Amino acid sequence: MTRRLYRVLATLLVPAASVATALAAVAGLVLITGEAPSRALCTLLRGALGDPEGIGYTLFYATDYVFAGLAVALPFQAGLFNIGGEGQAALGGLGATLVVLGLGNLPAPIVLVLAVIGAVGFGAAWAFVPAVLLARRGSHLVITTIMFNFLAAALMTWLLVEVLMAPGQSALETRTFPPRLWLPTLADITAGTRFDAGEAPLNPMAFLALLAAAFYWVLLHRTPLGYEIRAAGLNPLAAQAAGMRVPRIIMLVVCGGGAVAGLIAVNELFGSQHRLTADITAGAGFTGIAVALLGRNHPVGIVFAAVLFGTLNQGGAALSFDMPGITRDVVTVAEGVVIFVCGMLDGVARGHIGRFLRTLWMAPARQAR
Amino acid sequence: MDGAGTAGEMSLLLLSLAASTVRLAAPLVLAALAGLYAERSGVVDIGLEGKMLAAAFAGAAVAALTGSAALGLGAGIAAALVLALLHGVAAIAGGADQIVSGMALNLIAAGATPSLASAWFGQRGTTPPLPAGARFGPITLPLAQSLGEVPIAGRVYTTIISGHSLPVYLAWLAVPLTAFVLSYTGFGLRLRAVGESPEAVNAAGLSVARLRFTALAVNGVLCGLAGVCLSMAQGNGFLRDMSAGRGYLALAALIFGKWRPWPVLAACLLFAAADAVQARLQGVILPGIGAVPVQLIQALPYMITVVILAGLVGMARPPRALGKPYPPIR
Repeated sequence: MTRRLYRVLATLLVPAASVATALAAVAGLVLITGEAPSRALCTLLRGALGDPEGIGYTLFYATDYVFAGLAVALPFQAGLFNIGGEGQAALGGLGATLVVLGLGNLPAPIVLVLAVIGAVGFGAAWAFVPAVLLARRGSHLVITTIMFNFLAAALMTWLLVEVLMAPGQSALETRTFPPRLWLPTLADITAGTRFDAGEAPLNPMAFLALLAAAFYWVLLHRTPLGYEIRAAGLNPLAAQAAGMRVPRIIMLVVCGGGAVAGLIAVNELFGSQHRLTADITAGAGFTGIAVALLGRNHPVGIVFAAVLFGTLNQGGAALSFDMPGITRDVVTVAEGVVIFVCGMLDGVARGHIGRFLRTLWMAPARQAR
Repeated sequence: MDGAGTAGEMSLLLLSLAASTVRLAAPLVLAALAGLYAERSGVVDIGLEGKMLAAAFAGAAVAALTGSAALGLGAGIAAALVLALLHGVAAIAGGADQIVSGMALNLIAAGATPSLASAWFGQRGTTPPLPAGARFGPITLPLAQSLGEVPIAGRVYTTIISGHSLPVYLAWLAVPLTAFVLSYTGFGLRLRAVGESPEAVNAAGLSVARLRFTALAVNGVLCGLAGVCLSMAQGNGFLRDMSAGRGYLALAALIFGKWRPWPVLAACLLFAAADAVQARLQGVILPGIGAVPVQLIQALPYMITVVILAGLVGMARPPRALGKPYPPIR
């Protein structure tokens, strides 16, 4: 009974409550700027979903967030927390860019496939060291991946300054990729029709994101490896005792997370930015944490949560355009609140607060002096 | 004559490097000690960054509005305290994953500070520059003027020890104080016990929750000082994302210092020295080496932390109950 109750609570109430709290927090910020929250909500929704261009942008961001969410969710199934999505995505961008700069003369489809492989490979490679350190030495994955985010930022800046920066340029970016390597976008397809999507960079990577989410579900629930991953997440000692090689599972899920994170860069580079800069992810790696938590690590939940944050991000842009007092930073606040409430309610739903209150009543009846 | 001239220049350079190291280390020391109280009590704190940022903003905003440095300091501490207690409610009472709630606070602070700054001051996420009375200026210690002529000790006293702001001196005081509290006071012993074995502390009739909340309150005050140090002493008002990863750097120093006050201070000094050197070497071409990649020096603290965590150079053993809610989740 309680287990059933917990499942219902966890799958429906926790996301609903956290989104409601996040919207309330954003409404509070809107009130402080002296605007009406209801009008802000209308502007936000109209900007994100009101026309083909808005929808195109929303789904483009959602594509990033599906990859970022999966990069957190996959290791999470094995009980591990990957905060390194930012760095892994940046390195993924490096891998893809090196393919373009080195082999850019090959036919476009081959370059694109190689670029995807490069991004996935570099993302996984950047996750490899934290993964090995965890599997072999027991180093805390959260701390090592945080450190690797900073190391990635330093490495990318150094490479851009010293090696990759386009000659005769002052901006910290590589030369623009040749247009034949740009992925076709919703904007290209709908140009001139009734559904003109303006500049919307939504591109075929969105399908790859859905495919990745489906693959994630099949891997976890229909393969022996997925069974081992979930077993290791529920109880690593029991998994080890049952003959599963837990260090190997750790390596696979953490590097797998890094690989998916690399795909964020492909979406950004070939769909929208067409050149490597020091900050191609714009915080998508951190959004992934909120997406995975809100989506309860379930692929369908992750896709919905990604669309929600895509809506917030695109709507936030429209909002800051319309109401100068409000900046896109309110989206970051919403992410934080969602993460906070999800985490909090998770503990509550597991019945911790009851046991906590009981310790207050019973154990330290008199404080020993 | 020539040699004497370069030697004089060298010593001047070293003196000024040492002085900026002392100055740059202060917010790191305060934040790392804040993390030390939380983590020795068993609560993981990756929210140092967010608390510093919130305090930096609240301090600068209130100081700008009231023109009073003291009120700014109070506001900064209050802001960090609120976030620290929120972390406590989620992590201690709610049994939330402590990494999750710390991360959440970082994002909330990163988003809310520029939002509020542009709402209240309309300046793209910054607060207006502070008037002289509303910041913590350099304090000239007694005799600094006259001792400056004394060859070595006097020069060191005048340039390195004297002339810092109030938060810097508080940071330096906080280290011996923390070392004393942890080793020689009942509170310190209980704090360490609750981070190692909350069951034993509970069996002894003490409240685990109360001890951990107290630790987080100290954590909030110290983070508040660290943030105020950034925006009201070293800076002149709040800038967007002005903590710039220092909270994580402090966390790295905490691990490098193996959760002990004096080694943590040494780690902070090392990281601050790297920062000071890095700022001087920007664009300088050293004979025989060429241009020094400043990014390499910037990355050094993070590399050191990874090496330490790998257990390659001395194992860092965290408090045993770190990150585990009490009573344990079944």
